[in-house]
Amino acid sequence: MIVAQGLTKSFHDKKRGQIMAVQDVSFTCHPGRIYGLLGANGAGKTTTLRMLATLLKPTHGTATVAGLSVTERPAEVRAQVGFLAASTALYARLTARETLAYFGRLNGLPAAEVAARTQRLADDLEMHEFLDRRVDKFSTGMKQKTSIARTLIHDPAVIIFDEPTLGLDVMAARTILRFVRDCKARGKTVIYSTHIMSEVEKLCDTIGIIHGGRLLAEGSLADLRARYAETDMEEIFIKAIGEKEAA
Amino acid sequence: MNFNQIVTVYLKELRDALRDRRTLVSMFIVPTLVIPIIILGFGVVTAKIIRKARAETPGVMLLGAKDSPEIRAALAAHPRIRIVPARDDFRTLISNKSLRAAVELPDDFDAALLESRPSTVRLYTYDGEIKSGFATGELDRFFRDYREKAIQARLSERGLPAALVRPYEITRQNVAPPEKVGGNLVGGFIPYVIILLCFTGAMYPAMDLTAGEKERGTLETLLCSPVGRTEIVLGKFLVVLTSALSTVVLAGISAMATFPLGALLFAPEAGPARAVGSAAVAAARSPMPQIDPLGFLASLAMVAPIAVLFAAGLLALSLFAKSYKEAQSYVSPLIVVIILPALSAMLPGVELNLQLSLIPILNVSLVCKELVSGIFHWGHLSLIFASSCVYAAIALALAVRMFNRETVLFRT
Repeated sequence: MIVAQGLTKSFHDKKRGQIMAVQDVSFTCHPGRIYGLLGANGAGKTTTLRMLATLLKPTHGTATVAGLSVTERPAEVRAQVGFLAASTALYARLTARETLAYFGRLNGLPAAEVAARTQRLADDLEMHEFLDRRVDKFSTGMKQKTSIARTLIHDPAVIIFDEPTLGLDVMAARTILRFVRDCKARGKTVIYSTHIMSEVEKLCDTIGIIHGGRLLAEGSLADLRARYAETDMEEIFIKAIGEKEAA
Repeated sequence: MNFNQIVTVYLKELRDALRDRRTLVSMFIVPTLVIPIIILGFGVVTAKIIRKARAETPGVMLLGAKDSPEIRAALAAHPRIRIVPARDDFRTLISNKSLRAAVELPDDFDAALLESRPSTVRLYTYDGEIKSGFATGELDRFFRDYREKAIQARLSERGLPAALVRPYEITRQNVAPPEKVGGNLVGGFIPYVIILLCFTGAMYPAMDLTAGEKERGTLETLLCSPVGRTEIVLGKFLVVLTSALSTVVLAGISAMATFPLGALLFAPEAGPARAVGSAAVAAARSPMPQIDPLGFLASLAMVAPIAVLFAAGLLALSLFAKSYKEAQSYVSPLIVVIILPALSAMLPGVELNLQLSLIPILNVSLVCKELVSGIFHWGHLSLIFASSCVYAAIALALAVRMFNRETVLFRT
């Protein structure tokens, strides 16, 4: 479970001064459910998720991940989190097996368990053919599968996806979406950020619309459709941020 | 601090670095080949140039001496010079190297010598040009010998002993052991090369493991794992240090092998060295310079804290960059900063003192110069080692601090 309470992050920029990247964002993600964070580029999605993954420290507010405070026990939080983003790449000069072994060891798993989990993930994701090949020779699909296995090697309770399908072709994107659904089916707490409306419609149980660093609307797809009297997610999004712009 | 995590990061980064061609070149190939190429390559080329210059009978122009057939005949009979016809543009000919040297004598040189009238022999040469130097050297020796014979003849005519004008002889005896002479010759050069190699050995992995990882997106993947940032930076630092130290050790082994090899290669050419006023010529005609092996090993040990300083400093600096290219633009100018103090140690007359002992890089360069000559000043050695360790610790603390700053890690 993820509970974010008043998460705020500000940066100082030499040219633009103080920038509020995220302001007072609160939400809750439950196990076995997918929380979609929908927003345009620069809305504050990545900053929010990086705070949850303890890569950034909140300026104000707090969050708990699997019951652990992100500010007080960051290393333990990371041990409970699998983080997959377009920006989290793989080591080109390692093989897929070496990659999984490395992240397994970093998560404190004994060698035998790393080997067993690698075997299981390779079975699930059909990775045996390229498990001992170097990542720099991989196709996009192979890289995606390896990234998914890297995210799952320590069997995290919480999985954070930050625009995971960015720049992927249809087939590679479908592999990711199937994996997100699998995570939900296995009772993981999933948070999924995207700017692609169709993805949230397909995947998410709860949708949070974020714009200008603020969470403007939140609810199930049905709730949002009722609130904004629109069926199309894009129209809902435009109306949600339009209210803010008008205000 | 979790040592298991540091070791895990270290082993992975080392494996990754050893699969990077740039790192392999800077870590293994360059340090192994640079010193032999510089010492043996330059030695062979210099010896070849000198041999060729010596084999040539230089063309020399005789100006004046129109009424002096004796000196003209003596010069024409000299086997190691070739007299060419006089021309007014002799200076131009020497400058464009079609003439090696010229000698100008008064027209009545023979008569003046006979009548004991003073006269001047003027030699025209091209300073710094080896073939012109050889020709002028031959002329210089010829006229000294000719003058000596004239003095002997005059003394003999008057029934006076030779000791009248030469009351005593001067001889010179070297008491410095060969390694001290060798140490003075190469003492400044060897640490200079090793320090430079140490820097380049640390440079590529430092940039690749920080800015390179940022650019490729793998740093964020690593930061998502439970491993602490201090553990990450220490694991990476140890890889950069391994690269820098292996560069130093390989360069050291290579240098230790080069000197005996050079002695073997150049030994047959070692004949009775004659002073010809050129260090390069003297070096080429002598066996390879010897260096003190213990001192050499000690100088490698003195470079160790410098390797820590380079590894940590380069890591901190490269981490600040957003991309490998940006890191290169920060790091490349530093080579000049490294070269200047290392080069200063090669200047003649720069000696180690208390103030210089505290200047990083320069202090190690200077003390290495002494060490390879077999001189151990324990006070200086302790001070330099301690100060280098302090600088290295500051650089490492800075690298750790940089790694804990979000604004550096996620600089966009």
